[in-house]
Amino acid sequence: MRYSGLKVITEGLRGNTGWTPAWRDPAPKPAYDAIIIGGGGHGLSTAFYLAKNHGLTNIAVLEKSHIGSGNIGRNTTIVRANYFLPGNSEFYSHSLKLWEGMEAELNYNVMHSQRGQIVLCHSDGQRDALARRGNAMINQGDDAILLDREGVRELLPYLDFEQTRFPIYGGLLHPRGGSARHDAVAWGYARGADQRGVDLIQNCEVTGIDIENGVVTGVQTTRGAIRAKKVGIIVAGRSSQVAAMAGMRLPIESHVLQAFVTEGLKPVIHHVVSFGMGHFYISQSDKGGLVFGGDLDFYASYASRGNLPMVEHVMEAGMTLMPMIGRAKVLRSWGGIMDMTPDGSPIIDKTHIDGLFIDCGWNYGGFKAVPASGWCMAHLMATGESHEVARKFRLDRFATGHLLDEEGTGSQHNLH
Amino acid sequence: MRLKCPLCGDRDRREFYYYGAEDYLRRPGEGAALTAWDDYLHNRDNPAGVVKDLWYHEAGCAQWLVVTRNTVTHAVSGVDLVAERKP
Repeated sequence: MRYSGLKVITEGLRGNTGWTPAWRDPAPKPAYDAIIIGGGGHGLSTAFYLAKNHGLTNIAVLEKSHIGSGNIGRNTTIVRANYFLPGNSEFYSHSLKLWEGMEAELNYNVMHSQRGQIVLCHSDGQRDALARRGNAMINQGDDAILLDREGVRELLPYLDFEQTRFPIYGGLLHPRGGSARHDAVAWGYARGADQRGVDLIQNCEVTGIDIENGVVTGVQTTRGAIRAKKVGIIVAGRSSQVAAMAGMRLPIESHVLQAFVTEGLKPVIHHVVSFGMGHFYISQSDKGGLVFGGDLDFYASYASRGNLPMVEHVMEAGMTLMPMIGRAKVLRSWGGIMDMTPDGSPIIDKTHIDGLFIDCGWNYGGFKAVPASGWCMAHLMATGESHEVARKFRLDRFATGHLLDEEGTGSQHNLH
Repeated sequence: MRLKCPLCGDRDRREFYYYGAEDYLRRPGEGAALTAWDDYLHNRDNPAGVVKDLWYHEAGCAQWLVVTRNTVTHAVSGVDLVAERKP
């Protein structure tokens, strides 16, 4: 079924009786050409692009719970391409272009809103670093505008410009940055993949990976064994567990990242705003809630809930930056499990097992990467070669020393 | 979360600095293979369950500690001084 404005109106007149499920609920077949483990954003987009770009349609996505129940349904929905390092820069630039065509490509409203993202600076050194980053973004073909203090005041008049502890020197505006409706991205890719013949198999947990003589032959699941010559592991917060089924030990430590949302308010914050001192970023959802978050809890955790010190830190940072939000009531907070790599950059690569591929290590930047990660993982699984914009996301880069340390904080999992 | 430091007693989590998995205590010897160094610095078991990891009592006794805890429940079952570990 094709969605359109006209369809919404005619269905409204017919009492909404004509809608059908957005995707099928098939039982697993005994064998596929390829299996994707993980029905989150990255897994679904990989399946979609395998079908669309490479004509591979006899594939299954295996999801242990329901579609979109992991990090794709619990993030702060920021979409941007403001990376600096060669390797990251071209990848996120490619991703942003895919975002811009996503709604037309999927025939699905993902509420992608390019409202502009602003990173603030609070010292001369920080301003120089932002200028350098902005130049890298422009060189990559993306957009960046360095704002002075008055330029920031024009766009964000509600910030506290009087305080002396973290004075606002200016900011870097990325006009094409913004946000999107996170669940809709999963649903849109799921529907698009399903329409092209991909089987989305929910409530199907992978319990083992079958390997014979160094070649993958299929997987064991709670719904029986399934054979496949190609298997992709795309499971975000559970990467270490699933990789262990193939005897692999990953350069990943899992941490919890908290996020918060307030009650719905009238429009007050029109951009995505990042504080440059305390780690704090905020935007307002179309529903009116202020969506914001901060840093990791800093110790390894799979608890899906955070600890109070970071809650306090995030609230303090928010109040320091924009005291006007102090009266808003926080409706809920939650934690997502981040697979942190030692350099803060992701992995899209083959493994030492033939036919087994892995896409992991998205730290806390996975949402904006959903389209390009799927695009590049699909390219890798279909052709056996890394896509040109993801060629530096190697699994062995820690051993070879080719790190992609965007923040320059060193080889420690929780520092990115 | 609170950690019971063997020297200082029960203290707020904010007094401690988390460094990483206990693997950091098993530093490869001189002349070890590069793969051993890669494993030591980067690769982790990263289990969802009981782990041992390294914490530093920064705002207390300045001792390095091995904390045994559950990454799913955040329950802490042991805190030991690195200095008193038997080789």
